[in-house]
Parts: sequence; C-alpha cells; structure tokens
Amino acid sequence: MSMYYAGILSDIGILLLGALSVYIILATGQLSLGNAGFMGIGAYITSWLTVEAGLPITVALVIAALVSGAIGVAVGFPALRLKGIYLAMATLGFGEVVRSFLLNFAAMGGPEGFHGMHHISTGYIWTWAVSVLVLVMLIEASPIWLEIRAVRDDETAAGLVGLNATEIKVGAFGCGAAVAAIAGGLFAHHHVYIEPGNFSFERSVDLVLAVILGGSTVASGALAGAVMLVILPEYLRFLAEWRFAAFGALLIAMLLVRRQGLLDRALLRFAWRGSRA
Amino acid sequence: MPGAGPGVPKTRSNATPTSPISFWDAFVLIQQLVNGLTLGAVYTLIALSFSLVMGVLGVLNLAIAELFMLGGYFGFAILLARLPLPVALVAGMAGAALVAAIVERIGYQPFRGAPVVTPMLSTLGFSIILQNVATNVWGSDPLQLSDEVLSGRFNIGPASISAIQLVVLSVTVLLVASLAFLVQQTSIGRALRAVAENRDVARLLGVPAGRITLIAFMLSGSLAGAAGVLIGVHYAAITPYIGVEVGLKAIAVMVIGGTTRIWGSLIAGPLIGIVEVMTVAYVGSQIRDFVVYGLMILILLLRPQGLLGSGRGDQSQRV
Repeated sequence: MSMYYAGILSDIGILLLGALSVYIILATGQLSLGNAGFMGIGAYITSWLTVEAGLPITVALVIAALVSGAIGVAVGFPALRLKGIYLAMATLGFGEVVRSFLLNFAAMGGPEGFHGMHHISTGYIWTWAVSVLVLVMLIEASPIWLEIRAVRDDETAAGLVGLNATEIKVGAFGCGAAVAAIAGGLFAHHHVYIEPGNFSFERSVDLVLAVILGGSTVASGALAGAVMLVILPEYLRFLAEWRFAAFGALLIAMLLVRRQGLLDRALLRFAWRGSRA
Repeated sequence: MPGAGPGVPKTRSNATPTSPISFWDAFVLIQQLVNGLTLGAVYTLIALSFSLVMGVLGVLNLAIAELFMLGGYFGFAILLARLPLPVALVAGMAGAALVAAIVERIGYQPFRGAPVVTPMLSTLGFSIILQNVATNVWGSDPLQLSDEVLSGRFNIGPASISAIQLVVLSVTVLLVASLAFLVQQTSIGRALRAVAENRDVARLLGVPAGRITLIAFMLSGSLAGAAGVLIGVHYAAITPYIGVEVGLKAIAVMVIGGTTRIWGSLIAGPLIGIVEVMTVAYVGSQIRDFVVYGLMILILLLRPQGLLGSGRGDQSQRV
C-alpha cells in the first residue's frame, strides 16, 4: 500500500471516530458544535503522555479518553438545562474556549504547537476506528438503544415511563467526548504535529457534516460520511478549490431531499435483503 | 492564524508619553474605551442581525457570520473602484441582504416544519459555501485598502478618536435608530412583531407571513453587511476568515444580551467590545476569545434569559 493511500485511509479512520463522537451525542437528540474541543483535549493529553511521560500510545489514548469523558460529563450536566439551538451555541462556545485555552497553554507550545510524537500506522488507527464502530453498532442492537431513542423522540414521555433521561443524555455526552478524544489522540500521532488551530470550529463542522451527509440515524452513516468527505475531493480533482462549496451545497441538498442522510435503516435492510436474494 | 489578521483590535500608541505615568495610564484607558466602543458597535450590529432572525423565527442563521464577511468584500470592491464610502456601505448592505434572501428561500423556507436544528444546519451549509466562494474569488490573503478612506483624528480630552471610528459609531447609531423606528412604528414592524408573537394567528389576521420572514432575513442581512463594511474600513483590511473570527463571536454577544429580546444587544455589544479590547490591552491578545465565549457559557448556564431578560415566564415583547 502506497503512502498516498495509507494517508487517505488514516484520514478516513480519524474522521470516522470524530463523526461517531457527534453521532453518539446526536442519538439522544443533542447537537454538539464543539466536538473539536474534545478532540483537542484528547490530542494534547495523548501527546503529552507519549512524549513527556513516555507512556505507550494505547495507554495514553485510554487515559485521554477517560479524562475527556469526565470533562464531557462535567459539560453535559449543566448542558441539560439547554436544548436545541441553545445547546448548539453553548457547545460552539465550549469548542472555542478549549481552542483559546490551548493557544495560551505555553507548557505545550501555545500558538507554536507541539511535536515529537511517533508516527502510527494506518492499521493501528483502523483497529481503534473499527472497534469503536462495532461497539456503537452492538449498543444499537441492544435494549439500551431503545431507551436512547425514546429520550430523543420525547424526553418527557421517556421520563414518564421510568427512563432516566438525565443519565442517558449525560452518558452520551461523556461517551461522545471520550471517542472524540481518541480521534484527537490518533490525529496527533498521525500528523506528528498539533496546533490549536487544528481543533477549531471548522473541525467541529467537518464532524457534523460527515454525520449528516452519511446518515444521522445509523452508526454506519458516520462511516459513509467519513468516506465521502475524504474520498470525494481526492477523485474530483477539478473540484479541488471548490470542494467546501460543493460539500455545503451537498449538505443543503441532502437536508432538502433526504434529511436522514445517505444511509438509513430502510436502505440498509433493503441492501441486506438484496444481498441474500 | 492566532494573533494575526484584522481580527485583532489595534492598540493605538501614536502619542508620546510626556505627562506623568498616572496621566498616561488614564490616557491609555480612555483610548481603550474608545477602541472598545468601536469594536462593540460592530458587534452590536451583527448581534442585532442574529437576534432579529432568532427573535422573529426562533432560528439561528449561522450564515450571518459569512454575510458579514461578504458585506465587507462588497464594500471593498466599491472602495477599490474609488467610489465614496456611503456608496460602499449601501452596496455592502444591499449585497448581503440579497444573499440573505437566497438563504431564506433555500435554507429556511423549506424547513419551517422541521426541528429547529435542521434550518441551523442548512444555514451552516450556506456559510461553508460563502466562505469558500470568498476565498476563491478574493484569495485567502488579506485584501487591503491602499490608502485610508478617511484620515484625521479628533481630540477628546486626553484621548483621540479617528475619523473612521467616528464614522463607525455614528453609522451604527443611525442604523440602530432606523431599525428601532422600522420595528416599532411602521406596518412592516407591526407585522414582524405579530409573526414573532404567533405566526398562525398573524396569518389568520392577514399578515403575509412568508413575505415577513423574507423581510426579517433581508433586514438582518443588511445589518450584517453594514457591519462588514464598517470593520473593513476600520482595519483597512479584510480576510475570508473574519466571519469565523469576529462574526461568530456576535452569537456570544446576542446570548449575553438575551436572545428573547433583540434590544439586549445594545448593551451587550459595547460591553463585550470594551471587555475584549481591555483583555487584549491588559492581559494578552490570545486570551480574548476565551473570555468572550466563557462569558457566553456562564450566561447560558446561570442566566439563560440574558442580562436584560426577565424571569422564566417572560411573555413580554420580543422584538
């Protein structure tokens, strides 16, 4: 496998994890526009642990995921008061606060960024990406998912039938934050250099874009979205300069004609039947 | 990107400290207040732009940040063609209003019945498109005005205000006053307030709600466009990223002022402008976004109705 394809595959794997982090939170009906912030937290913690503390990457990633998950829960609790647009605005603010904090974090380079990480293989990135994807799909097939969907569809009604909506929403925030941190840690060790600008609002938008385009009602939608976002610009070279405009237009078109995104449950079931017939 | 570009408020230090230190401190402080008010005026306009759509329709139009940037470029195009500033201002406002109308027809109207997050995502799509178009048309490097549109400074006591700052402040006051008149005194304003109160009842009473939402979007767009022209001439430079760097921060200003009442921005705008400039002057330019967005999160959590809003059962007039 050439360097070129390895690079593309790595990008897809990292974006897949980032998109999944948005998907997990979105599944409970909460839109986060600040997941790049959690990615940044994960990237900086993982890099510090491997470079300064000399820990192996896997241990560093797990620690970063746990810390970021805890921050996610801490952010999720107060965020319970907020819904819809207000939550989106608060998470946007959170992402910018994290980026701004990293700019001032002189211990790890501040605006100059941080380097010294060892490069990791595409296979390692995909081991993480596939593990998390499979985990999310397993949860989707379990009864917990019914509770999550109930909370998303009608929080009050879910509460009335005895579901703990608070636990589910905050838990989703924590899990999303942990997955985003893993994406960030892998990003840092794939690019071997990070700076606060890597984790800006545009990054958060990218993650949301992947979920909405690929399909926001099934976990495999995040995979489809990540593939689309990375592959399309590579194969449509004539679009090079206009790729963002193309994605913006695609986003609007998708919302107009197929709000649930490319993949949904009905399409997957149809494909499954077709392959067996 | 950090610390560079026109997003950084310039600290003017063109006077020499001949007076005692304490007097010099006071001078710097007043000078910073003037600079903060100028930035605050621009924030006020963009925040009003956000809250006009939010107040009437309950929708966050994320494309406003880029309409602001686009307005600045339209204004620059006119200025570079050696036409006067008022023409540039009108062009910036009209251009942004036109694009806002497109955003309304494609990005809002079809999603009226959808969950509130859907139109926000479609306007996000527009903001991605607009930023990309601006980057391709005008380049990603800052576009600069070769010579100052207006030169000269006026002294107010120990501090001085530049002609441009005076223009920014007076145009803002004029625009806010016109908006207030439009909303409070005209039939269009009455219709806007009626739709904000209850769209269905307003339609039953004969208000053309579709046209009113279009007007709300265009008014909002023209305010953002004017803000773009003003900040462009103030810094004598503009980049395609100013929408993300400055425009998005106006969301924080709107939230701090209170999203349930559009006039909260009149207090929050100058307040945040001054806070930001003071932070840059006395703490460091890197920390300013932290302070502004941090304030927004605090307000969202502790006082979701904003500085001006009253209690939870706030049923009073929104627009």
